[in-house]
Amino acid sequence: MCGIAGLIHRGKSSIVGSELQGMLQALKHRGEDSTGYALYGDTDGKNFIMRFKVGENVGEGSSSVMEDVSVYDERKKIVDQTLAEMGAKVVKEERTLPYSLRYEIDYDTKDLLDFSQRIESIPGVEILSMGKSLEVIKDLGNAKMVCDRYSLDKVVGTHAIGHARMATESGVDIKSAHPFWGYPFSDVSVVHNGQLTNYWNNRRVLENKGMRFMSECDSELIAVYIAEKMRHGATLEEGMKESLTGLDGVFTYFVATKDSLGMAKDTMAAKPLVLYESDDLVAMGSEEIAIRSVLPQEIDTYDPFDGEVKVWQI
Amino acid sequence: MANLKTVSKKSKAQSMGMHTEVLTGRTQQKFFNPDEAENFYYFGTYDVDFNKRTELDVKDMTAPEANKEIDNLMSQGYGTIVIKNPQGKHSLGVGILNKLNLIFEGSLGYFGMGSCDGPIVRINGRVGWSCAENLMAGKVVIEKNAGSCFGAAIRGGDLICKGSVGARTGIDMKGGTIIIGGDAGAFTGFMMQRGRIIILGDVGINLGDSMYDGTIFVGGEIGSYGSDAVDSELTSSDQDWLKRKLKVAEIGENFDVSKMKKIVAGKKLWNYDNLEPTEKKGAI
Repeated sequence: MCGIAGLIHRGKSSIVGSELQGMLQALKHRGEDSTGYALYGDTDGKNFIMRFKVGENVGEGSSSVMEDVSVYDERKKIVDQTLAEMGAKVVKEERTLPYSLRYEIDYDTKDLLDFSQRIESIPGVEILSMGKSLEVIKDLGNAKMVCDRYSLDKVVGTHAIGHARMATESGVDIKSAHPFWGYPFSDVSVVHNGQLTNYWNNRRVLENKGMRFMSECDSELIAVYIAEKMRHGATLEEGMKESLTGLDGVFTYFVATKDSLGMAKDTMAAKPLVLYESDDLVAMGSEEIAIRSVLPQEIDTYDPFDGEVKVWQI
Repeated sequence: MANLKTVSKKSKAQSMGMHTEVLTGRTQQKFFNPDEAENFYYFGTYDVDFNKRTELDVKDMTAPEANKEIDNLMSQGYGTIVIKNPQGKHSLGVGILNKLNLIFEGSLGYFGMGSCDGPIVRINGRVGWSCAENLMAGKVVIEKNAGSCFGAAIRGGDLICKGSVGARTGIDMKGGTIIIGGDAGAFTGFMMQRGRIIILGDVGINLGDSMYDGTIFVGGEIGSYGSDAVDSELTSSDQDWLKRKLKVAEIGENFDVSKMKKIVAGKKLWNYDNLEPTEKKGAI
């Protein structure tokens, strides 16, 4: 069934890594095949942060094939070489796990399409996120396991969205885990709870328009669908409103950009969402207990209605 | 109650509040002989004193632990129990088959007060999905909002939400009354089979979709009608009943019920006039 959670602090920063971990851990009974975080951290905004993987976590239940670490090293070398050829300077490099890397890159461009296509043309390499604030971290296991593995509990930022996944439509692996980056847009991420029934029709149309899909997870369609709308000038909110009719199935999803957070619910309201809204904080999740992990006191919450789209700014 | 052994089939059904349906299958007589009423023992029930009051803090309890403790308190005769710090936990207060005055000081998660029969419950907070599912009798009052599937498949009792509710309120309900002080979401009354729903505010799309029977009263705007849901005349007895019910529910006492819309099943969707053949029941 999957669980999603998100929060946005308005006018201030907070320890969003720890807060989101608490929210997602409260939802772990909704799925713990994999957990993902999209954290919008406090940065100086100068450099791009690229989170990418050069292989898969082949843990228990994984649907991926085991590869030797030397293969990861070789892929990393090609990534470094490609970045150098494009004139992108790696300012800081972290290799959290053999297959998972974080680069801070000094690169002057507004069009990430060409950049991303060249990096992802390297076999086995996938950009998990690209942005000046956004970092997508996702891996197998529940929220606490992933948080501990990547030391996310001290990440300070303004907003975040996350996903606790029970794999149904595709494999148990990182590439099918949420959040999905809104390729090729800087700082756009998506998490989704539900099933999309016109995935393949939409995918064919969008691929013909030059958009890219990395997995066969139906949820990835939302990120690509909205990214394509924004590519043609739509605002985030306009793209989300169009998705209510363009996407068929049952869904509640969140989209985040570097300064906003939005939610959309399908016209049948088949998937749950509970929302808390105040002047300085918006917190939402598949169940109230997710919100209670950051706001244990008695609060007023509500379920958004069918076909509802809301967007908040930081 | 009329003597079920001597009255005609039709009046027998009616006397039991079973509409006009003739009970020809597994008869009610077999299970509920009124002559033996005093010998009935309802498993899991206790003699409680409403004046005997206690508090229970469930902050550090799991739902099964909390529910077991509520049962334990009832077994000690407590008739009024105040639950502190429910903090949105799921499945609190389920399966209570007792007369009980139960008060939650806070919000519940999913499936709160499910499968209950008899308690009077006040929730001073919000409830998640499927609150009071399968309620048989009693009264559940929610002071704030409620999630989707509110009152799913209830058979009886009064279920009252003073705020707004999500989608599919009263789905598959078979009796009882649901009263909403605010707005209601899509598919309200979806496949309802009996009972009544009152919504003082607006309601979403597909109201009363595929309903078999029952009545929905709406005070505000209707997003759209569902399949086979049709308008019906609001009679003076309807208005009297609405006034009484809203007064008891402590909401909308001054609401102008004469302007409410009444929605019922068109009975075109289902083969409603033909009772299931006896031989088919036998095969089952």
